[in-house]
Amino acid sequence: MSAQTTEEAFEPPYLWPAYRSTVLRAPKQPLVRLPSEWFHTIPGPVYGRVPVRPEDADLTRQHAGEPLGERIILTGRVLDSDGRPVRGTLVEIWQANAAGRYVDPSDQHPAPLDPNFTGAGRCLTDAEGRYRFVTVKPGAYPWRNDHNAWRPAHVHFSLFGSQLSSRLVTQMYFPGDPLIPQDPILEAIPDPRGRERLVAAFDREVTQPEWALGYRWDIVLRGRDATPMEA
Amino acid sequence: MAGQGPTPSQTVGPFFGFAMPFPDDTRAVSGDGVRIEGQLLDGAGEPVPDGLIEVWQGEEFARCRTDPEGVFHFVVSKPPANGSHAPHLELYVFARGLLRQLATRLYFPDEEAANAADPALELAGDRRGTLVARDEGGILRFDIRLQGEGETVFFEL
Ligand SMILES: [Fe+2]
Repeated sequence: MSAQTTEEAFEPPYLWPAYRSTVLRAPKQPLVRLPSEWFHTIPGPVYGRVPVRPEDADLTRQHAGEPLGERIILTGRVLDSDGRPVRGTLVEIWQANAAGRYVDPSDQHPAPLDPNFTGAGRCLTDAEGRYRFVTVKPGAYPWRNDHNAWRPAHVHFSLFGSQLSSRLVTQMYFPGDPLIPQDPILEAIPDPRGRERLVAAFDREVTQPEWALGYRWDIVLRGRDATPMEA
Repeated sequence: MAGQGPTPSQTVGPFFGFAMPFPDDTRAVSGDGVRIEGQLLDGAGEPVPDGLIEVWQGEEFARCRTDPEGVFHFVVSKPPANGSHAPHLELYVFARGLLRQLATRLYFPDEEAANAADPALELAGDRRGTLVARDEGGILRFDIRLQGEGETVFFEL
């Protein structure tokens, strides 16, 4: 299998009727292909004005008290398509609280908000391309895709990398979640190996005794990281 | 991990509004710039109130969450032409119901000659007009139609 077909089998289509919101939002016309040097290799912008403070990486310390839920550490490396670390790149995450409720006012799920948890974090990757967040494990939540539909527990991730084509918004899931095999959003990825790529691994090395469970999840961005050093 | 292909994309979902915006996120330049306004519309012509648009222009970056009417806006500087390529902005669209982001481009209405020679507009064929903003009294109007009549040209990622 060529790299191209592997890549395509790992990417969800735009139209996936089992995920109902795609039906009126997926383009019907074919996408226009541009030569990759016009598009893929455009250097990314300077997003330094997106504020990143050290405390943004610890979602359990953003309020007066500690949030309820299972404390976890989420860490991993951001790599380019050659397996090289992507250094100094912005990683943004957001998630529901332990009860499965987002702070977002549009979330109407009748589960409690936690006054000690917002659920948004940011960090920059280090010299090895590593990110690290401390948070609580999000709860599953219902959505109106079909009767009795529930999203598996997940953390939303947003990454930039070094060029236009490396921009990635995705979701990370937790191993062993019984909701994973019936989730239309995850099932839209054609190749099961692609779906597995979105499931973190429980990691005893990351786990801290008497304090927090550790999960490891590496992310591979499209393209080569052409930036030799980040300022 | 190398050789296994990139990590797959998933939708931004409906609940990013408390996390992705940041102060002055719609303003890519602090000084003078071009103001761009538009509406994000679905295949039924209805506004998309939970979309996120990002604009990239050189080192400039702006992000705007659509409002309840699907309206977004930016201030960004107009780039120069680059060889045969007319001045343009790169735009990404994220939303619930988009399993991957959509990529499009905004071209400038006062660049008729450069636009006529632009190779990407050439590839867009008879739908190229969807990529050119309209001048509305100094503000550039650029609507994005995800589907249906007047569907915006999107590019392969
Ligand atoms: Fe979510």
